[in-house]
Amino acid sequence: MQGFALLMPMFESWYAAIQERAVMGTLGFWENLYKEVYINFLYQERYLNYLRGLWLTLEVTFFAALLGFALGLVLAMLRVQAVQSPDGRGRRASSAVMRFLSWLAGKYINIIRGTPMLLQILIINFGIMAAVKNKTLIGIVACGINSAAYVAEILRGGILSVDKGQIEAGRSLGLSRMQTMVMIVFPQALKSALPSLCNEFIALLKETSILAYIALSDLTKAADYIRSRTYSPFMPYIISGLMYLTVVTILTKAVGVLERRLRQSDAGNEAR
Amino acid sequence: MRETKRGNTGDVLIRVEGLRKQFGKLEVLKGIDETIKKNERVVLIGPSGSGKSTFLRCLNLLEVPTAGKILLDSEDITSQKCDVNRVRRKMGMVFQQFNLFPHYTILKNITLAPTMLSIMSAAEAKDSAMALLNRVGLADKANAYPGQLSGGQKQRVAIVRALAMKPEVMLFDEPTSALDPEMVGEVLSVMIELARDGMTMVVVTHEMGFAREVADRVLFMDDGLIVEQGTPSGILANPKNERTQDFLRKVL
Repeated sequence: MQGFALLMPMFESWYAAIQERAVMGTLGFWENLYKEVYINFLYQERYLNYLRGLWLTLEVTFFAALLGFALGLVLAMLRVQAVQSPDGRGRRASSAVMRFLSWLAGKYINIIRGTPMLLQILIINFGIMAAVKNKTLIGIVACGINSAAYVAEILRGGILSVDKGQIEAGRSLGLSRMQTMVMIVFPQALKSALPSLCNEFIALLKETSILAYIALSDLTKAADYIRSRTYSPFMPYIISGLMYLTVVTILTKAVGVLERRLRQSDAGNEAR
Repeated sequence: MRETKRGNTGDVLIRVEGLRKQFGKLEVLKGIDETIKKNERVVLIGPSGSGKSTFLRCLNLLEVPTAGKILLDSEDITSQKCDVNRVRRKMGMVFQQFNLFPHYTILKNITLAPTMLSIMSAAEAKDSAMALLNRVGLADKANAYPGQLSGGQKQRVAIVRALAMKPEVMLFDEPTSALDPEMVGEVLSVMIELARDGMTMVVVTHEMGFAREVADRVLFMDDGLIVEQGTPSGILANPKNERTQDFLRKVL
């Protein structure tokens, strides 16, 4: 940031040189591009608006992902326990309460996935959490609740992909249903679900942009604010878009590396 | 430890009364009464679909019987009041597909249950696991992962994993069926040694040689019932029942 501030006088002088013709609207393409970048990014330290927005976006995404994972895990557990009865105690494997909770989890997933996220955010913002002043918290809760439904389905798929023999082996050793789940099924389920999970969190990052709708000053809202000051129709959105793209590209690369690592260890495991 | 390969067996360990199992409309077990004594080695044979695996899996409640009773040490384990997890500690099970935990090392595979269930301290479990691994000649694989082992090695580890719980009876569900032929011997020899040590064993297998060498009793199952049983020489050499004769003609 320090070096950037030192360069500011130079940027200002460049802009001063074209300012007069800018008013008359006779700038060439490259001059015009510079003007747009200057007024939408550099002028009055506007880049800080974007960076603050980006930070908030990352913050909301991080905590929403945590909430989504925790809630999604509970939902997934509730969903599979209804299916998973090769357990030796089929008769009392699912009590009435558990069956009800499982049914409830199914409805939750159906409703969240079957309605627009924007609608959910509006309901939480103006209805359920209307008394809460902290917009960031509302954003985290709204996105977390939404993400949980998708995470639940991803984890459920991962759990179901674990060979039934693994459960039988665990139970035959005298481990309880829960111990088998935690020590044997879940680590394997997580491994196979990890790439999809990471993709879900990348999607979540982008989806937080609709929180701008409830005036949360995330990266999209920051761009919108700049647009309202400069009336530039493209540049603010392009700048924020590039920022999203940069973060997503880095995350995608990281997921790719992770996937390759997992495949390598799988290959080692398959060799007989 | 007993000197003779076959001899007097002890008290009743498992008593099965009127055991039935239905999957939907399909009745797989149609009323089985059987008694297995301590130190007895019982081999179950029969055509596929005859219910022998289901019978074995009912013994440690991996399948819940539709009707009938199973008593282990005179305790009704099919009763709702019975704690299945505690019962299963007394019964080791070895599967056709090994079912080792791929995400843990061999040592952890073996020590997981004894330490989690607080039967042994971590150090005790490790010592006992290493001693068992030594016996099956796999001590050098303690820190390997299952994926790095051959089928025969995996199955020997699976046997050790079950033994680590110090079970009263070992159940084997076609332990050599998924193995390449050259690996069958190494697994059978571990099982034979186990039998010599006096372990109570119930084995579902197609290895008639194993049955002949080790079994105190051979049970022939067909269509959900135990059709014929007796000593290995009796059953394998002079089967009385038509279906037994028919089956043995095909496999021997």
